[in-house]
Amino acid sequence: MAEKYDIILSGVGGQGVLSVAAVISIAAMKDGYTLRQSEVHGMAQRGGAVLAHMRISRTDISSDLIPKGMADVVLSMEPMESLRYVDYLKPEGILISASAPYENIPDYPDLHDIHSRIENLKSSLIIDAKKLAKEAGTMKSVNMVMVGALSTRMDIREESIVEAIKELFSSKGEKIISANLNAVLLGRTAGKIQ
Amino acid sequence: MSEILVLGDEALALGSIDAGLAVAYGYPGTPSTEIIEYIQGYIKSNETEIIARWCSNEKTAYEGSVGVSYAGKRTLVTMKHVGLNVAADAFMNSALIKINGGLVLAVADDPGMHSSQNEQDSRYFADFAGIPCLEPRNHQEAYDMTMEAYRISELFNIPVMIKLVTRLSHSRSVIKRVETLPITDLGKAADKLKWMALPSLSRTNWKDLIEKQKEFIEYSEKSDFNKLTLNSSYVETGIITTGLGSNYYLENAEDLESSLSHLHIGVYPVPVDKIRKLAASVESIIIIEEGYPFVERMLNGIINEAIKVHGKLDGTLPSSGELNPDNVRTAIGLKPREKQTGAGGDLPGRPPQLCAGCPHTDAFKALNEAIAGFSESIVTGDIGCYALGALPPHSAIETLLCMGASIGMARGASEAGRKHVVASIGDGTFMHSGITALIDAASTNTDMTLIIMDNSTTAMTGMQDTIMTSPMIKNLVIACGVDPEHLKELKVLPKNHEENFRIIKEEIEYEGLSVIITLRECIHVVGKIRGELK
Ligand code: SF4
Repeated sequence: MAEKYDIILSGVGGQGVLSVAAVISIAAMKDGYTLRQSEVHGMAQRGGAVLAHMRISRTDISSDLIPKGMADVVLSMEPMESLRYVDYLKPEGILISASAPYENIPDYPDLHDIHSRIENLKSSLIIDAKKLAKEAGTMKSVNMVMVGALSTRMDIREESIVEAIKELFSSKGEKIISANLNAVLLGRTAGKIQ
Repeated sequence: MSEILVLGDEALALGSIDAGLAVAYGYPGTPSTEIIEYIQGYIKSNETEIIARWCSNEKTAYEGSVGVSYAGKRTLVTMKHVGLNVAADAFMNSALIKINGGLVLAVADDPGMHSSQNEQDSRYFADFAGIPCLEPRNHQEAYDMTMEAYRISELFNIPVMIKLVTRLSHSRSVIKRVETLPITDLGKAADKLKWMALPSLSRTNWKDLIEKQKEFIEYSEKSDFNKLTLNSSYVETGIITTGLGSNYYLENAEDLESSLSHLHIGVYPVPVDKIRKLAASVESIIIIEEGYPFVERMLNGIINEAIKVHGKLDGTLPSSGELNPDNVRTAIGLKPREKQTGAGGDLPGRPPQLCAGCPHTDAFKALNEAIAGFSESIVTGDIGCYALGALPPHSAIETLLCMGASIGMARGASEAGRKHVVASIGDGTFMHSGITALIDAASTNTDMTLIIMDNSTTAMTGMQDTIMTSPMIKNLVIACGVDPEHLKELKVLPKNHEENFRIIKEEIEYEGLSVIITLRECIHVVGKIRGELK
């Protein structure tokens, strides 16, 4: 495992991209990493494309933005959105996307096309996060399934992620917390395949 | 010392709190909004006397802060870059008074226009007013510089600007905090002659301010935030960076064959001697600035013409949009990194849109149908979520200029002889700077229709409470001189569509000033109230 992770997070406003960033950030801090995490607020959140840069390292980080060709992972809540950021991936980087489309535009492309474009990349993984979220106990935990999948690619302790989720969702009650924890576990299993 | 994970905005807020802040004022605007929000959250969860409030607009916020300073306490005023245009009258003149309690102005610029109508660079405003400006490039600097800003504000008796940009405002990282200073009462300002902008007094104060520039430059020369590193063994090229330009340079610098002499500027006015020292040891300079080529344009008057300068003016870096690690990499002559191909440049865009169930959708639908009945019409727009009404499927508005402009522009268009002119504005923006234009229109009973889309919140920037509630807005409109017969309130629900459409049409037909207030809360306000009731 590396000393440094550059991760591009993408999706559509409202899909919980920033919560993914928050969980990973808190967990990484618990494990002694330093971090920079750049996100977009305001106009861009109203159902538009959302992009967050997350940089985690054992040493100082200069730029808030990840250079093209440096990302270890592109993690996306939505397949079409994932493809926008392929050129951020380093040659050995992986793209991980949830399979279900978010169709709030009239000209959404053919989904088979989108999936096959993802599968044609050097290294990729498409996860049926909706199904796993339902299994976990709430459809709202799609993003935590993706956290689970991402965490298999990083040297972050599972306990740190569990603690981060408990902190972040502390106001939402036991049921939501345990569903989100289930979602992470299911995501971990799905992420390990390949 | 404690470590804490914060947004750039929040680091600035904490720096202010820890410097002994008493009162913070602001007007919400992306990317500056989280500064006041953080202080408000801090007040809720800590025992403190600090006050943090949203104001009607940036000008009233700025004036409030000047009052706090006069009274003898430390104050913060926050806004986005274009908000400083609104506060400019108070801001420019405040440079001529003798600041008492430290006054720090936090302005957040938005290069790349993520959520703004222009990319104006606030450093010009600091220079225009003749005040010091500090420009952090990371979270720790945002915190440290804010504390320093209070110190120099009281040392030089001058307002001090801290300039942020979106990428710092909305990036999260860890900072180290020092102990919080208590709120200190410095006593009311002693010399009232230094607080009146009368021409006779201002002539003296202006001369004083010009004199002070020398002290500011001296301060800037000594500041550790302006850091010069020389490498005498490599003379071909040197680097000057400002703001986040430094981060993107350092991200790439390890791939350069030699380490270059480098001056980073974080404090303005610029450190002239340090610039000359750098220039004396290199043959050319690449200048990497986030924002306008502000320092780049100054270089001509500072350094020898023989030294070649490369930056935004000669196209070495793009002259619009943000800097990033990739365009800076090219600018310093490095090959792009190897990356994967197959990116979706051909994919359809996914622009932001009104939320499903947004009340504005119903308002626009009724307006569009009403307008369709006229062969000639003009609909002016304004700044807020409802600006998204410019895009399909609504395509309801034709203009967008600045906060409040819909009303003044509608009046002008009507007086230019156009028929069926409609202005559309939200409740927050109406209160910010629409009221005065409505008074103008009422004074001449101009033939136009104003639609105030009242969703009971400042939605665009994340649900800040508006200054006035809905019933108060109605009274205010009448008090502006609008005929109550032509003031209509519509509940914009799909089931009322027919009636709403009819009333809007009638009022557009009426030859004189009408005001229609469309009422229904933003869906997120409904959610917030439900959440609080739980
Ligand atoms: S935030 Fe509120 S006002 Fe803005 S688009 Fe959504 S529902 Fe409409």
